[in-house]
This record gives sequence, C-alpha cells and structure tokens, in this order.
Amino acid sequence: MSESETESESRPLGPNVRQTAAEMATGDRTDTLLQTDGLVKRFGGFTATDDVDFGVAAGELRCLIGPNGAGKSTLLKLITGTYEASEGHIYYDGHDITDLEPHERVQRGISMKFQVPSVYGDLSVRENARLPIQRFADGAERNERVDRAIEAAGLTGYEHVDASALSHGQQQQLEIGMAASLEPDLLLLDEPVAGLDVAEREAIAERVTRLNEEEGIAFVVIEHDTDFVASIADEVTVLHNGEVFREGPIEEVKADPAVQRIYLGEEE
Amino acid sequence: MATDAPTDGGQSLAARVRARFEGPNTIGNSNGFWVGFLVAVAALVAFPLVGNAEQFSLFLVLSLLGLSLSVVWGYTGVLSFGQVVFFGLGGYTFAVVSINFATPGGITAAVLAGVVGGGLGAAVLGYFMFYGGVRDVYVTIITLVATMVLHTFMAQTAGSEWTIGEAALGGFNGMPDIPLLKLGVGAASFQFMYNAIPVWVPGFGTVELDPFYYLALVLLVGTYLGLRALVNSDYGRAMVAVREDEDRTRMFGYNVKRIKLVVFILGGALAGLSGVLYAARNVFIDPTVFTLLFATLPVIWVSVGGRKSLLGAIIATIAIEYIRVTLGGELALVMLGALLLGTILFLPNGIVPWVHRLARQNRPAPADAEGPETPDPTEASES
Repeated sequence: MSESETESESRPLGPNVRQTAAEMATGDRTDTLLQTDGLVKRFGGFTATDDVDFGVAAGELRCLIGPNGAGKSTLLKLITGTYEASEGHIYYDGHDITDLEPHERVQRGISMKFQVPSVYGDLSVRENARLPIQRFADGAERNERVDRAIEAAGLTGYEHVDASALSHGQQQQLEIGMAASLEPDLLLLDEPVAGLDVAEREAIAERVTRLNEEEGIAFVVIEHDTDFVASIADEVTVLHNGEVFREGPIEEVKADPAVQRIYLGEEE
Repeated sequence: MATDAPTDGGQSLAARVRARFEGPNTIGNSNGFWVGFLVAVAALVAFPLVGNAEQFSLFLVLSLLGLSLSVVWGYTGVLSFGQVVFFGLGGYTFAVVSINFATPGGITAAVLAGVVGGGLGAAVLGYFMFYGGVRDVYVTIITLVATMVLHTFMAQTAGSEWTIGEAALGGFNGMPDIPLLKLGVGAASFQFMYNAIPVWVPGFGTVELDPFYYLALVLLVGTYLGLRALVNSDYGRAMVAVREDEDRTRMFGYNVKRIKLVVFILGGALAGLSGVLYAARNVFIDPTVFTLLFATLPVIWVSVGGRKSLLGAIIATIAIEYIRVTLGGELALVMLGALLLGTILFLPNGIVPWVHRLARQNRPAPADAEGPETPDPTEASES
C-alpha cells in the first residue's frame, strides 16, 4: 500500500491534472474535486482503460467523448466503484477513495445516472423520487425534497403516474432528478440524451446547465452528440482505446483531424 | 392508494396504524381487503370446529417457510434454494436443546435457540456470499449445494459419536425423542402438543381444541402483518430497489450487501422458526428436510402464489400442501411440476397478483388515482 502511494505521489500526472496526487492525498485541495491517477481496468486480457489521468474541478461541467469501446462508461463505473480498478488511484475531495464501496462514494457526494434508464416501473413517479431521499430525510423535509425533485425533473403533475407509463425522455429526466436529489458535488451522466428527440434534448441540456450553474454541481457527461456537448460544456476530454487522447475546448477538439479520424473509425 | 401521502397531524391512531401495513409493495390496501382479511382469520380460528386442525397446522407452519422465501426472493431478489437449510438447522437445534433441557424453561429456550440457529446459519452463509461478491444465479447454486451438503452430512450421523449431550442425531433414523412443546417457565408454562382443551362453543357444544394449531395461527398472522409493515417501510422500499436494480440502488447511497445480508438473516430466522414448529409438531425430525424435493417446495409455493406477494406465499403454501397431502405419492409430484410449468408459462407473476389485478379491473376506478391524461413534459417544466 505505502509503496504504491509513494509511487503515485512521485509519478508525473497527465496534462489535465490540476492538482498533484500528493496534494490530493494530503487533503491540500485547490479546486480539484476528482482526480484519477494512472487508472487501469482490465477485463481478462482486455484493457478497457489504460493509465487514465482524468480530473474534474469543483463546479466544472466536463464532457467525455470518444468512439464506442473507448472506455468512457468503464471510467465512470470506476469512479463510482461499480468496477474495481486493476491499478491506479482515484482521489475525491482530497481523499483516496479507490478502496471505498460504491455507497460510501455516493455518501461522499458522487452520484451517477446509468446509460439505460431503469426507473422502478411499478412505482409511481413520487414513489421513485422518494427512494434516494428517504435515506437521509424524514417527515416534512422528505416530502418537501420529493416535491422539489419532481419539480426539478419537470414532472410536476405526474406524481401518481406509474414510472413505466412515462416516455423514454421523461424517464431520463426522472433519473437525473433522482440522482440530483442526493445533492451531490459530482454527478456523472452516461449518455443522458440517447434516443431522445430535439425538444427532449433541449430540456435535458437546460436541466443540466441549471443544476451546474445554480447548484454548483460538477458534471461529467458522456455523450456522442457533439452538438449537445457544445450546448452544455466548454471543455471536453476525448478517450480512445482506453486512454486520454485529447483534451480542450469543444471547438478545438472537434476541429482536430486526429479526433475526426478516430470518430470515423480510422487509426491515427 | 394510501402510499406516500404527507403525514396528516389530524389522522386518527387507527389510520396511522393501518398506514404502516399498507403501501405499494403489498396487494390489498383497501377497506375491502381488510374486511376480507378479518373474515379469513375468523374462518381459520373456527376451522378446527369443522376440519382437521392437526393436519392444517402443518400447512400453517410451512407457510412461515414460504414467507421466508417470499421476503428473501420476492422482495429482495435473492433466489435462495437453501431456506430448508435454515429450516432444518432450526428444527435440529430445537431438538438437540430441548432433549438436553427437557423442562418447560429449557424447551422455551430451545425454541429461541432454533430461531437463532436458523438466523445464524443464514448469517454465516450470507456473509460469505454477499460480501464475497456472489450474485444472481450463483447464490442459488451455492444455497442448493449447502442443502445437499447438509443432507449428506446429517444422513451419516447415525453413530454414537454423533451425540450432543443426550441428543443423538440419529442419521437417517432422525431424532424421535423430542419432548412435547411447552412454553413458559416451571408452573407458569403451557403444553401445546397433545393437550386438547375442552371449550364450549354455541351450536357445537363442548369441543376439544388443539392449542398448537392456534399457536401456529397466531405466529403466522403476526409474521404476515410484521412483514407487511417491513416491506412497506423505508427499509422495505430499499429491499425492493435492490431486487429491481442493485447497481442503481448503490448509486442512491444504500449499502446493498448489508441489506441483502440482513434480509437473508431475517429469512433464515423465519425459516428456523418454521423448522422449530415442524419438529415440535411432528415430535421428530430427520434429514428428509434437506432433500432436493423439500428444498424445491418453497420455490414452487412462492412462484405459484406470486413471489412479490406475501399473501400469495401463504395461500399457495396451504393450497399446494393440501393438494399434495391429499393426492400423495407420484401423482402429487406430477401435479407440482405441471403447476409450476403452467404458472411460469401463463402467469409468471403468480396466481394471487393475477386474481388481484382481475378484481381491480372490475372495480370502478377511484377519482383521485391518476395524473393528467396527456401531460406535456416541456410545458410542465416551465413553471
């Protein structure tokens, strides 16, 4: 343990690093909320993420793009603890959270919405919204928070409708609302607008931007649609073959021929 | 549906108590249901006047085993083939302790020891499974293997070396020396087995009633109500969330491993209680409680009745066991197989939820049940 910590403290981090691993480990935080350090995930002989150094500042809205199989969802699941890292460390709010259980990470302020919405179909919208909130709020405060979550998800008037009767877009909104109701500092969204029409995309973009600007929640959003990305984020990180490939403003990254090539499926 | 309404300070005590037993995770949240429930309990209380209470008490005891699987599998999504492990551990623990301490106090302690034994067995097995990362079908396989291992182990305990104090485990011959069930201490105790109580009943004259039947009935009704309160509580909602999607439930900050372990232990203790009553009722226990057939029965009861329904588990256990005992032999096995196959093919959610849905469809819709007919999400979000 101590050996690997020493190693991570001395090793140079990637270009996106805003704070050294040593600073994160000692709790001397600047504005960096999350920092991964040499994160590797192997599934048998396949390396899904390879030596990824990825950082998110407090209150930042960062998009993660890259072709299918680039390791985007794997990276998010490593951050939440759904997957255990094969190598490397994850620092959050000045602490090494690599060995924490997923629920402990959530309790520290990380939340995630999975790619495929899986609301509890037999339960009403209100019953769904209650689930994350009932863990930490009771009585009148609980009811108030549930009302607020439903309103924030744009589902006022649907409280008693079974979640299975909602449209795909509404289910996505409900899921984002449920994740946001935990009042996280960092919210990870895996393809929140996949399969949605233009109006629904705009509604989600507006919701994400509002949560980011008004509530100060930092976001990492995986998305293929670069127009959607441009509408919500200034900075993007491109993953390719499990590695950080490019990082920078969306317009610059979009214009990069190498990025265009990997999106078209050609090797650089 | 009285589900998540804000708590009204003006609610009567009765309404508050009732609200504890109602919610989205149980069928039957209407006045009609509770009237029917009281009628059913009254009918069960009166049943010994007209039916075979001694036989029926077995069905009540086994219903506790069915409930234990319903809460573990139906509500938390852990398909355990090993409920009979904890049932058998409960029964054997009760037998060993009660034979060694055959006083009323000792037998009462043996009942508690049996329940604890079932829960402890579940705690050990569950801890290694859930904290070892075992999920889904592998839990089913491990619990099934645990059943078979215990069957093999208990079957070879015929020798005198397998004696605990004065209690010989007896291998295939089982343990025939279990004392009659008495609860209490010293003079303040009551014998529940083979102790017909004469009672005068209008219209029937003096009849002899079996106190064990009523003990089993009280425990079953109490357990049913207790589990209703549990599954509709915050904890129960988290259990159901685990059943629906473990990873997602973790992302709401719930410790899924602990929830599964706690429910598994509760299920083990309940199965242990069922095993205690089974051994006490039969005044005997042997390794047949660990056979593959017996291990399969709870899965059939709960599948047929409706695994997400506590009531379904009870009704199906009683009905199937009645038919099984009445038919007997291989015909009963064929019937069980056909029933399971038919349920999986045509009523995958079980019979009781299907009947409940039919009943609801035939009822006029309540005026306050639905939200807007065709609401527009973008419009709604503009407020």
